[in-house]
Amino acid sequence: MPRPFAPQSAFVGSSDYQLLPFRFHRLDQQTEILVNECGEFLFVPEGTARKIIQKEFPANSELYPTLKAKHFIYDESSSPLLDVLAAKYRTKFGFIYGSTKLHIFVVTLRCDHSCHYCQVSRQTLNQGQFDMSRDVATAAVDMMLQCPSKHITLEFQGGEPLLAFDTIKYIVSIAKDGAARLGKELDIVITSNLAFLTDDILNYCKAHEIKLSTSLDGPEFIHNSNRPRPGGDSYKVTIEGINRARRALGSSRVAALMTTTQLSLQHPIEIIDEYVRQSFHTIFLRPISPYGFALRSQHKTGYETDAFFEFYKAGLDHILELNRRGYNLVEIYTQILLRKILTPEGTGYVDLQSPSGAGLNVLVYNYDGSAYATDEARMLAEMKDYTFKLGRVLTNSRADIFTSPAFVALLQQGCNQSLPGCSDCAFQSYCGADPVYHHATQGDMTGHRPTSGFCRRNMKVMEHLFSLLRSGDSFIQDVFWGWVTDRNLAEMRASIPQ
Amino acid sequence: MRLHTTGIGLGFSGPIVARVATAPVPIDQRKDTALLLSFLGSAQDLHGYSAIVVRDKVDAPLGIPTMHSVQHIDHLASGHIIALEPLNGFIRTVYRPESKHNTLFATERCNSNCLMCSQPPIDKDDIAALTERNLKLIDLISPDPEYLCITGGEPTLLGDNLLAILSKLRDKMPSTYVHILTNGRRFAWPDFSHKFAEINHPNLSVGVPLYADYPSLHDYVVQARSAFDQTVLGLHQLARYGIQIEIRVVLHALTIPRLIHLAEYICRNLTFVDHVAFMGMEHIGHAPRNMSELWIDPVDYQPNLETAITILTRFGIETRIYNLQLCVLKPSLWKYSKQAISDWKNAYRPVCSDCEVQGRCGGFFQWATERQSRGVHPIKLN
Repeated sequence: MPRPFAPQSAFVGSSDYQLLPFRFHRLDQQTEILVNECGEFLFVPEGTARKIIQKEFPANSELYPTLKAKHFIYDESSSPLLDVLAAKYRTKFGFIYGSTKLHIFVVTLRCDHSCHYCQVSRQTLNQGQFDMSRDVATAAVDMMLQCPSKHITLEFQGGEPLLAFDTIKYIVSIAKDGAARLGKELDIVITSNLAFLTDDILNYCKAHEIKLSTSLDGPEFIHNSNRPRPGGDSYKVTIEGINRARRALGSSRVAALMTTTQLSLQHPIEIIDEYVRQSFHTIFLRPISPYGFALRSQHKTGYETDAFFEFYKAGLDHILELNRRGYNLVEIYTQILLRKILTPEGTGYVDLQSPSGAGLNVLVYNYDGSAYATDEARMLAEMKDYTFKLGRVLTNSRADIFTSPAFVALLQQGCNQSLPGCSDCAFQSYCGADPVYHHATQGDMTGHRPTSGFCRRNMKVMEHLFSLLRSGDSFIQDVFWGWVTDRNLAEMRASIPQ
Repeated sequence: MRLHTTGIGLGFSGPIVARVATAPVPIDQRKDTALLLSFLGSAQDLHGYSAIVVRDKVDAPLGIPTMHSVQHIDHLASGHIIALEPLNGFIRTVYRPESKHNTLFATERCNSNCLMCSQPPIDKDDIAALTERNLKLIDLISPDPEYLCITGGEPTLLGDNLLAILSKLRDKMPSTYVHILTNGRRFAWPDFSHKFAEINHPNLSVGVPLYADYPSLHDYVVQARSAFDQTVLGLHQLARYGIQIEIRVVLHALTIPRLIHLAEYICRNLTFVDHVAFMGMEHIGHAPRNMSELWIDPVDYQPNLETAITILTRFGIETRIYNLQLCVLKPSLWKYSKQAISDWKNAYRPVCSDCEVQGRCGGFFQWATERQSRGVHPIKLN
């Protein structure tokens, strides 16, 4: 005897719903975007947020199940699934687990370049005076290895770190021993201008699986203008270095980053084309740094932010066009934001983290033994601003560093969940807090969002990305999803319906 | 394909599971073997067999469990494993070594009652008897198959009995890939999921149906309140233990309107699933009774299906289509189509004889005669 079937009405609960935390933002006259605590978003007609709050959505309305499924509202039948929301929230903030993952060692300040945007290099100083000592190196490695993370990245910076290659070798040897003893995975990167690359260095990098990261600011006229060195041949030296390093280590172990300057802002296409010419498949359109020389040489935030946005937008258009023509090129800033927007995962990119990644996800050990919260923080210190100096590796313990007044201040003002202007922003879960930036540009770690270049830039970039996502252009979706899931366009097309 | 027949039991009162022999075997191989005969020869040596299956009538007990007056014996072959049930005379083929689609049938019971269930549950306490049969069956299976499916009814209703079956499979045939078809609800209870995971079967996956992205619709389709919550929580429990999960979505008029939302839901809430299977509806069991509510011509939901698959595959979740003929699928979806209609179920229509892709097509269920898509037609390449 078959059991009888119950009608649909027997399974519909009451339509008395409650709100889950969400935020909203008007994208244009007709459309607003709703974003929940875990970054799930929904494009809806303008006025929808108000209707939701005023409980104008009956259970039989078309939007009701979507609001419920996407965790904007809950009703009496939702309660068991709030655990799922909690699991999603945990996933989003997974980057906090394990504490600091990126450890930057400034092994020397000596450098042959005198780049406009760098304020730390010391060209003419005696050897040794601005190099990291063995004692400092040993203590810094100890501190790095005390971080609970199973996966640690050790990055060498300078100055030009290859000028202190013996120090690098010493640090690599003790760090590798320590990591092996503690069962940690260790990734090692040297950030270098490659001017001092030798076969010995390349052999060493190959033997120790060390990656190289260099600066390539664009075509020759931009690169050489941004990065002066005696002889004015930085571009030539860099390209030669990239090619030698690729031959020795393989292309996947050689990366390039560009720094955006006033000059760069006029030339997004040329810069991107240079990356294509050099066979790179990633480019990071990074905002102008407000630190150091850039900060001192008058900083018109609004103007520069808008100019940067135009640069970014033109660049992204061009990158999409290159992909359309069959060249796979990923824009890293977009990739980071899209991962936050389109997937349940969080990402560990320091500038776009909340709680701020300063200290929590990156620590900088300066040549003189002082520890800083970020690379920018030690640049401020070179300009005599020691706000973000967390302590000294020779005299302070890891506990001292993480309970220092500077670190506590960073945490207190590094959560956009509670910052004025951020706490009710729809893009909060995709964005960061960047207290170091706001201290540097506004003299206040909390910062003032209406005049913040950081806020203005990220709002514009995210509005732009959402307008692209909303356009329904399936090619853009394919490229974006390829970036998010690390698949090139051919792989993406092979896996989706075509 | 015939999978059961009937006869008259003689000389035994409890069920027997045995391997079929169509010709006499040496005495040392007769244990757990049922000798299949058309008639009893005069001086036949029957000593040591666990049962005799005879097409002719047998009047007097042979001193060995006997099933006689058997209606059909031609479908039985050496190596098949059969279950003899003396009370109702059933002779079920429970395992065929030549098939890639063997199942362990766990129970007829179910705690759901899906509107389109192809095998409607029967509320009788068969768990002890079927568990005993399945444990014996596992003993007899040889060689180890590549694949074995545990189905029902709802296998998790077996509780500890399911764990016993899985333990035995793990120990006896660890390389056999075991797929459990379950509604997943019971896994919402952490102690059960924990015990299930502790079996630590090396080659296990579960197939769990999900029909909507919100509770009331899913609960209606499966005819059980709280089923959605339990299934989703159960999936999260299974994911905690790293158990492979297949999500199964049956396509019909109640699931199509939320199909795209369901794909989005999976990408946000169930990212850990191994793959998603979209299944054409079988027109058997409960489905015919509810057809007015369930029927939608597959050609009419191709855009929804394509969008749902685009969402999942862009996200990187592998997706498959089962039980839909290539001629009703959009060509862009052919690459997801798998020939999974079990070998004892699939068939082709007269119209298929002119089709140039029949060899790649899963065909129809043998019983799919009631409603037919208007899209069914022979495909000519170029």
